[in-house]
Amino acid sequence: MISLQDIERIFPVGDEEVHALRAINMTITAGEYIAIMGPSGSGKSTLLNILGLLDQPNQGTYLLDQEKVSELDEDQQAEVRRHKIGFVFQFFHLVPRLTAAENIELPMTLAGIDSAERKERVAVALADFSLTNRGGHRADQLSGGQRQRVAIARAIIMEPKMILADEPTGNLDRAAGYEVIEILETLNSNGMTVIMVTHDPELGLRARRCIQMVDGRIIP
Amino acid sequence: MQSQDIFRFSGKAIISYRFRTVLMLIAMAIGVASVVLLISLGESARRYITNQFSSLGTNLIIVLPGRSETVGGPPPLLGATPRDLTLDDAMALQRLAGVACVSPIVVGSAPVSRKQLEREVLVVGATADLATMRKLEVSQGSFLPRTDPSRGSAVCVLGSKLKVELFGNNNPLGQRVRIGDRRFRVIGVLSPMGVSLGDDIDETVTIPVASAQALFNTASLFRILVEATGSEAIAKAKENIRTTISQRHEGEDDITVITQDAILATFDRIFRALTLAVGGIAAISLVVAGIMIMNVMLVAVSNRRTEVGLLKALGAPRSQIMRIFLTESALLSVTGALLGLLVAILGLQLLSFLLPNFPIQPVPWAALLAFTVALATGLLFGVLPARTAARLAAAEALARR
Ligand SMILES: Nc1ncnc2c1ncn2[C@@H]1O[C@H](COP(=O)(O)OP(=O)(O)OP(=O)(O)O)[C@@H](O)[C@H]1O
Ligand SMILES: [Mg+2]
Repeated sequence: MISLQDIERIFPVGDEEVHALRAINMTITAGEYIAIMGPSGSGKSTLLNILGLLDQPNQGTYLLDQEKVSELDEDQQAEVRRHKIGFVFQFFHLVPRLTAAENIELPMTLAGIDSAERKERVAVALADFSLTNRGGHRADQLSGGQRQRVAIARAIIMEPKMILADEPTGNLDRAAGYEVIEILETLNSNGMTVIMVTHDPELGLRARRCIQMVDGRIIP
Repeated sequence: MQSQDIFRFSGKAIISYRFRTVLMLIAMAIGVASVVLLISLGESARRYITNQFSSLGTNLIIVLPGRSETVGGPPPLLGATPRDLTLDDAMALQRLAGVACVSPIVVGSAPVSRKQLEREVLVVGATADLATMRKLEVSQGSFLPRTDPSRGSAVCVLGSKLKVELFGNNNPLGQRVRIGDRRFRVIGVLSPMGVSLGDDIDETVTIPVASAQALFNTASLFRILVEATGSEAIAKAKENIRTTISQRHEGEDDITVITQDAILATFDRIFRALTLAVGGIAAISLVVAGIMIMNVMLVAVSNRRTEVGLLKALGAPRSQIMRIFLTESALLSVTGALLGLLVAILGLQLLSFLLPNFPIQPVPWAALLAFTVALATGLLFGVLPARTAARLAAAEALARR
C-alpha cells in the first residue's frame, strides 16, 4: 500500500541544515500495525508527517496505492488526506469551541456531506466510543482520555485506510493510554492500517512490526 | 463545505472570541455611523437650501441694475455709471415672449406708525403679480389690486408680525397706518411666511410700486422679478430681457440677469461637494476599522495556527481555509455595519428631535454605500490574514515546539 523510496528531509535552521530523515526506504502493506520508536529528535514525527502528506520530502518518492502522491499539488494532497488518512495527535487538537459531536463531525462538514447523514454517522461513532452522553460537551469539558477518543472517532469518521498516531498516549495516564491503544488495536483487527509513534517500549512491543529510528535513519 | 456550514463555523469562532469581536464591531459601527450621519446631514442641508429657493417661486428670473459679471472686454469709461432700471423698463419686459409676469420692486426702510405705535420697517413696493411669483398668501383681506403699475394708490398689505405689533388682535382691514409722511389704508394681511433668504417677510409692509417710488422719492427700481412661462422658456426669456433692456439703454448691456435655477444649481453643486468631502473624511474611519480587522484577524490566525493545521490535516484545501477566515471578517464587518446603521438612525432621530425646524432625513444611498464599503473593507482587509492562514505549513502548525 505504501512505498517510500530514498526519502530525505532536510530542515534549514539558520545557516545550518538539520538532516531529519536520511535515505528512508520502506514498504507498508495494508492492515499492518506498526510502531515507530527511537530517541527524541530521531525523526519519528517527521516521518509520520511525510506519510500523512503534512510535510514534503526534499528528495525521494512516496507511493500510496500505486500513486506518486509526493508529486501531487497541495489541493490534491488535501483530497488524499481527506479520504485516505486519519490523524491522531499527542495534544488531541480538538477545536475547543466545538462540542465533541461537532469535532467528530468536522471532517464530514469540511467534505460537504449533508447534515442529516453527518448526524447519523456521528451518533454511531459516539456510541462506538462510549461517548453518547458526552456528545454535547465542549472539548475543554472532557477528560484527556475522552478527548483522545473523540479525536480517534474524528480520525476514522471518513473511513480512511490508515491511521497515523503521533504519541497518542503521550498526554494520558496509564489507564486512559491503555484504553486508547485498545481502540487502535481493535481498529487494526478490523483491517485498518495503524502507524503509531511511541516512546513506551511496552506499547511498541505490542505492535506486530516495530521500526527503530536513530538520527534520521531506520535501523534494520 | 456547504455555505451554511461555513457561516456556522465562522459564526461560532466570532462568538467565542468575545473581546476581539466587540472591539471590531465598535470600530466598524463608528465608521459606518459617521459616514451615514455626515452624508445625511449634508444632504438634508442641501435639500433645505433647495427648498428655500423653490419657495421663492419657480422659473424666477431676477433683473438687477449694473453689471456684476465680468465678461472681459474693455473696462467701462471713467464715470460711466450704469443706468437705473425704471418702471418703463419693467413694463417693456411684460410684453416679451417667454415672460409670464413681471413685478418691479422698490425696497426701502421707513417708519410705520399707528396711533402711538411706531416701528422702522422694510417697505416693499411691488405689483399684484408679486403674490403669485413669491407664493405669498393673505390671511385676511386681499393682496395689492391689479391696477396700472405706474399709478400709485394709498393701500398697503401688512406682514403677519407687523400686523400683530400694530393692531394686536383687532381687525386691521380698512384701518389707516402712516408710512413715512403718508397715510395708507390696510387692505390685507399676509399669512406667516417666516424668513425666506434673509428677509423676514412677516415684518414687512407691501405697497404699490408707484407709491413706494413716491415715498422714497426715486424713479429707479431695486430690481425686477420676472417669471418665465416655463423652465424651458427661461433661457429665451433671459436673452430677450437682455436685448430689450440694452435697446432701451442705448446699446449698453448694463444689467445683471440671474436665474433661480442657476443659483440653485450652484448651491446644489457646493453642497454635493461638501457632503462628499465630509463623507470621504468619515470613510477614513471605515478604512481604520478595516485595518483593525486585518490586525485582529492576523492575531486570530496566529492564535489558531493549530486549528488551521488541523483543518489542513482533515483535508481542507487552501481555498476552503481562505473562505472560512474571509467569512469571519465579512461577518464581523457586516454586523458592525448593521450596528452602525442603527446608531446612525437613532442619531438622526435624536437630531431631528433637537432641531425640529431643520428637516433631517436618513439618506438610503448613504446607508447602502457605507454598508457596501464596510463589507468590501472587511473582505479586502480579511484577505491578507486569510491568505496567511491558508499558507501555513500544516506540519509546523500542528507541532508544539
Ligand atoms: N520545522 C522544523 N524546522 C527545523 N528543524 C526541525 C523541524 N522539524 C523537525 N526538525 C528537526 O528534525 C529533527 C527530527 O525531529 P522530529 O520532530 O521528527 O523528532 P522526533 O523523533 O519526533 O522527536 P520527539 O520524540 O522529541 O518528538 C530534530 O532534530 C528537529 O529539531
Ligand atoms: Mg515527535
